[in-house]
Amino acid sequence: MAASISTDQVTGGGPVPGSALSPRTTPRRQRALQLPRSPKIIAGLALLAVFVLLSLIGPLVAPYSPDQIFTNSPVPLPPSSAHWLGTTNLQQDVFSQVLVGGGDMLLVSLIAGVIATALSVVIGVTAGYLGGLADDLLSMLANIFLVMPALPLLVILFGFLGKTGSNDLFLIGLIISATGWAWGARVLRAQTLSLRNRDYVDSARIVGERRSRIIFAEILPNLTPIVASSFLFTVLYAVGTYTAMAFLGLVNPNWNWGGMLFYAQGANAELTGYWWWYIPPGLAVALLGTSLVLLNFGIDEFVNPRLRAAGLSRRSGRRRQARAMRSQQFAMTPVVRMVQAQGATPGAPAASTRVTTPGTTEGGQA
Amino acid sequence: MLVIARRLFFYLVTAAVAISLDFLIPRLIPGNPVDAILAKMQGVTITPAIIHALDLQFGVNTSSSLWGQYTHFWSNVMHGNFGVSSANGFEPVSSVIRQALPYTLGLVGVATLISFLLGTVIGAIVAWKRGSWLDNLLPVVTFFQAAPYFFLAFLAIDLFSVLLGWFPPSRAAGATDFPAFTWTYLSDVLDHSVLPAVTIVVASAAGWIVGMRNVMLTTMDEDYVLLAAAKGLRKSRVIWYAARNAILPSVSGFALAIGFIVSGALLTEIVFSYPGLGSLLLQAVSNNDYELMQGLFLIITFAVLAANLIADFVYVFLDPRTRQEA
Repeated sequence: MAASISTDQVTGGGPVPGSALSPRTTPRRQRALQLPRSPKIIAGLALLAVFVLLSLIGPLVAPYSPDQIFTNSPVPLPPSSAHWLGTTNLQQDVFSQVLVGGGDMLLVSLIAGVIATALSVVIGVTAGYLGGLADDLLSMLANIFLVMPALPLLVILFGFLGKTGSNDLFLIGLIISATGWAWGARVLRAQTLSLRNRDYVDSARIVGERRSRIIFAEILPNLTPIVASSFLFTVLYAVGTYTAMAFLGLVNPNWNWGGMLFYAQGANAELTGYWWWYIPPGLAVALLGTSLVLLNFGIDEFVNPRLRAAGLSRRSGRRRQARAMRSQQFAMTPVVRMVQAQGATPGAPAASTRVTTPGTTEGGQA
Repeated sequence: MLVIARRLFFYLVTAAVAISLDFLIPRLIPGNPVDAILAKMQGVTITPAIIHALDLQFGVNTSSSLWGQYTHFWSNVMHGNFGVSSANGFEPVSSVIRQALPYTLGLVGVATLISFLLGTVIGAIVAWKRGSWLDNLLPVVTFFQAAPYFFLAFLAIDLFSVLLGWFPPSRAAGATDFPAFTWTYLSDVLDHSVLPAVTIVVASAAGWIVGMRNVMLTTMDEDYVLLAAAKGLRKSRVIWYAARNAILPSVSGFALAIGFIVSGALLTEIVFSYPGLGSLLLQAVSNNDYELMQGLFLIITFAVLAANLIADFVYVFLDPRTRQEA
């Protein structure tokens, strides 16, 4: 992920500082290193790496089978040397369940993220590039899916699928992606709209490039940060949704973190103080989500330098900000046609939508 | 008012899509929901009338065309007829939902409002104090943003009700209480709603904080903010000038947020055994009560659309440019 971002990160926000004037003095490689240097990116990547590792080797290092039942107690047992995170009410090992529970979660989220991102690129870029009626219809489709509350819709879908759907990880990922592509499509559409009228795209058109080449070679590479950001956002959404579906008992709970919470809730673990049962899976979901949000923050700050404030002293922050301001003046192309509700979303990746429009954040809405 | 008319049209289309999805999903997905419902029914005498009603509801064994079923479905929805809930002794779905709706509207509505106001104010302050210790708030906020609502609900119950005993852990009122407009009853309801409401606020405010901070950082660089500061206006006034412009995207981004918040809030209700729509949703899922699921989907969608319409009115009120356009 980091590699794909860092090679092309620059393009979302406009030219590299100084590159428009003196391309040789600022080697590209130097800029490429800037992304991983951000503490948010490092923390996010490290956390994510832990979880990927956990899901890969978790089942191998788990001390017991997650289904294995240890008899001799009617109530969950607190952590001990035999069971590091205690046991459930059925006397299964919580630690083993946590270790095993990450694999399905990551797989489903990855499937959902890939499918939804592909959908959002196809729909968003098509809408933004073609314009006109196609744009109106596709934007409307995206907005409808954005406004419709996902949870009750997913409940119907999984409910009618019944047992057949609850074990098929690909199907689960597919269904989650069906409700999760719209946000990315809208952001990508807005950015495509702004790129479409830039000089280099115009000149490609004048030169007589094919439409497919303009889209794939000229526009798409410049959308990379936003595609990455919307991918992370969708994966985050899928993590939350999969957990919620398992918590409701709509997908097979054996074994994922949402399923552990499902059983814990069923046994009133929160009312009886069995914290070792519900805190580990909940914390795992929360930390996995945190790593994705942190990565997204990092990309946002990369794309929009004004957000890069944390971790700096006030003065150097201002200086940096001033420098960023100056460099941005070369790059600004206002988004002319923004949908009414385009502005920020209160989610983490909100800022990337405004990257190219600092001067027209408000004006673009009118 | 052109803007509002356009949005209204969009919401009507969305509602129509929701109703159509509600109709199509049971008919497109393989498997027979009627058999599933009948298999679930134990201790209930299944009359041919019940089977016939279920067949009609899901389009099984009927002679009428898909289009005929579709128009019939529409007329049912328009008359507020969402079928009967098999998990609730075949009470009409609409009356089952009507009993639970006030709890969810009250809890989620108030919690969302508080979370929006609180999150926006905190976000503006964090942006204004950029580079100070307040930036350390962001990682904490990130965690709350990423944690599932219902996990926070687990923690809240264990901490504030089991360990500290400050608030009741479940339900909306005491078991011995009767609903009435008396002080004891209302204060009891309030007491029971504190913990779920605080959970929803804590979980959802993070999104508003981050969103507001990010826009505010951009707005603070505008010339008019610089001018306001240069004129020597009071600091609170300068912040106000920047904040009232930065708040616009937060209001227009309401559409995306409200769906997430409602979803999270419904799951929170489940943990608190709060007798709202979330608990109905769990009931419907665990009993395969398909008609209740479908009714809930429509009602929740309509509620979210209504909330969006209100947000649009607020937006038009806040942003004069939308009024000039018409």
